[in-house]
Amino acid sequence: MNFPAALKYSKDHEWVKLDGDVCTIGVTDYAQGELGDIIYLDITADTGSEVNAGEVIGSIEAVKTVSEVYSPVSGKIIEFNSGINDNPSLVNTDPYDAGWLIKIQPSNMDELNNLLSSDDYKALIGA
Amino acid sequence: MKKTAFYNIHKSLGGKLVEFAGFEMPVQYEGIIAEHKAVRESAGIFDVSHMGEVEVRGKDAFDFVQRITTNDVSKLEKGDVQYSAMCLKDGGIVDDLLVYNFGGHYMLVINASNIDKDIKWMEENLSGDVTLKNISDETSLLAVQGKNSINILQKLTDIDLSQMEYYKFAEGKIAGQDAVISHTGYTGEKICFEIYSSSDVEKSEALWNAIMEAGKEYNLKPAGLGARDTLRLEYAFRLYGNDMDESNNTIEAGLGWITKTDKGDFNGKEAILKAKENPERKLVGFVVEDRMPARHGQEVFSGDEKIGIVTSGSLSPMLNKNIGMAYIKKGFNKTGTPVEISVRDKRIKATITKTPFLQ
Repeated sequence: MNFPAALKYSKDHEWVKLDGDVCTIGVTDYAQGELGDIIYLDITADTGSEVNAGEVIGSIEAVKTVSEVYSPVSGKIIEFNSGINDNPSLVNTDPYDAGWLIKIQPSNMDELNNLLSSDDYKALIGA
Repeated sequence: MKKTAFYNIHKSLGGKLVEFAGFEMPVQYEGIIAEHKAVRESAGIFDVSHMGEVEVRGKDAFDFVQRITTNDVSKLEKGDVQYSAMCLKDGGIVDDLLVYNFGGHYMLVINASNIDKDIKWMEENLSGDVTLKNISDETSLLAVQGKNSINILQKLTDIDLSQMEYYKFAEGKIAGQDAVISHTGYTGEKICFEIYSSSDVEKSEALWNAIMEAGKEYNLKPAGLGARDTLRLEYAFRLYGNDMDESNNTIEAGLGWITKTDKGDFNGKEAILKAKENPERKLVGFVVEDRMPARHGQEVFSGDEKIGIVTSGSLSPMLNKNIGMAYIKKGFNKTGTPVEISVRDKRIKATITKTPFLQ
């Protein structure tokens, strides 16, 4: 399993990448493996809406199971990966790039410090 | 938690192990969709040793099995397998099962989650010269399913599998081991076999390895319980505990075809005859008109009226559509009826569909 050092990680098995003032968010390699074949992403929060860190923003449907998607940071949802449902297996095959889920403009940059480093996340999952 | 004789093999193959019916079982190895497609396109091998097997012996064995099951055991000749159900007096389904006729005795193959319950219930219904023997723990069961399963297994056995019709079985050797091989399965594949053998770990591993080796040229893949579930759903095979339980009779579960009310008396007959006249609801198939899958337990609506409940739902990897089954109130269960399924905060559209979903 791969956990790029340049990313931050949440205990809910999501990754966060900061580019300028925008966070791109997806699920980790570990999470996609645990979920299995992903078939649908159901983001229920609206683009433009404000969310709090830890808030449920949607669900991710795999063949056997469904899991909630949490926002790892507080801020405004600016985009979600609308093309993902044409090829949801990208979350399995390319979780850190083409399989991204959502972009959020964080309202409190300090929250990013609460996230885990790659090494801390690996320790969390016992990798 | 219990382990089957193939536990170490599952681990070495990187299988994702989960608890199922008290057993630690592989839900998948490579991935459910890849395993599903391997079975449909070539062949897959499943460890289903968690299933229960009970031998029924004694001079009243026929009367006993005829009385506790809904199908007609008098039609079952030596070497035949029959799909059947066991019902309570009120018609509620205790379990669905396979009945094997060995000539001198019967073998009942029951669901893993029901082994203790079924045996207790059978014992309560015993009469005459009948003895039951639970051979579940001493039996390994492998399912090899898909069009190339015959080519793979024929390399390992003298039993002429091409002469074995659907729902027949034979006793013999496979890879040097004593086994019962039946032309049966839970995937919908027409060419499909199940192999009952000793649960000795060394023997079981040798058998698995021999089959995998013979299957190499056909790209035989190990498949887990996840693919087993999506495969059976494409053919609308019922899963006990999901699609039926003691609160359903065989008529509403769509198992009228294995319920022979003209065969004489059997457990649940009176209640089933009544249900036949006026079934309140029926288990039907549906196709979702949305990329979002329906799941077990979700409610089904027609407008504001609640008309049913989803029992199984998944993506069909072959149709690339979300399919499922649901109990639907009489009047709404006709093919083509549009319905809505409540998923979290929204309603998704679905249409009642003929089953099996795959032909």
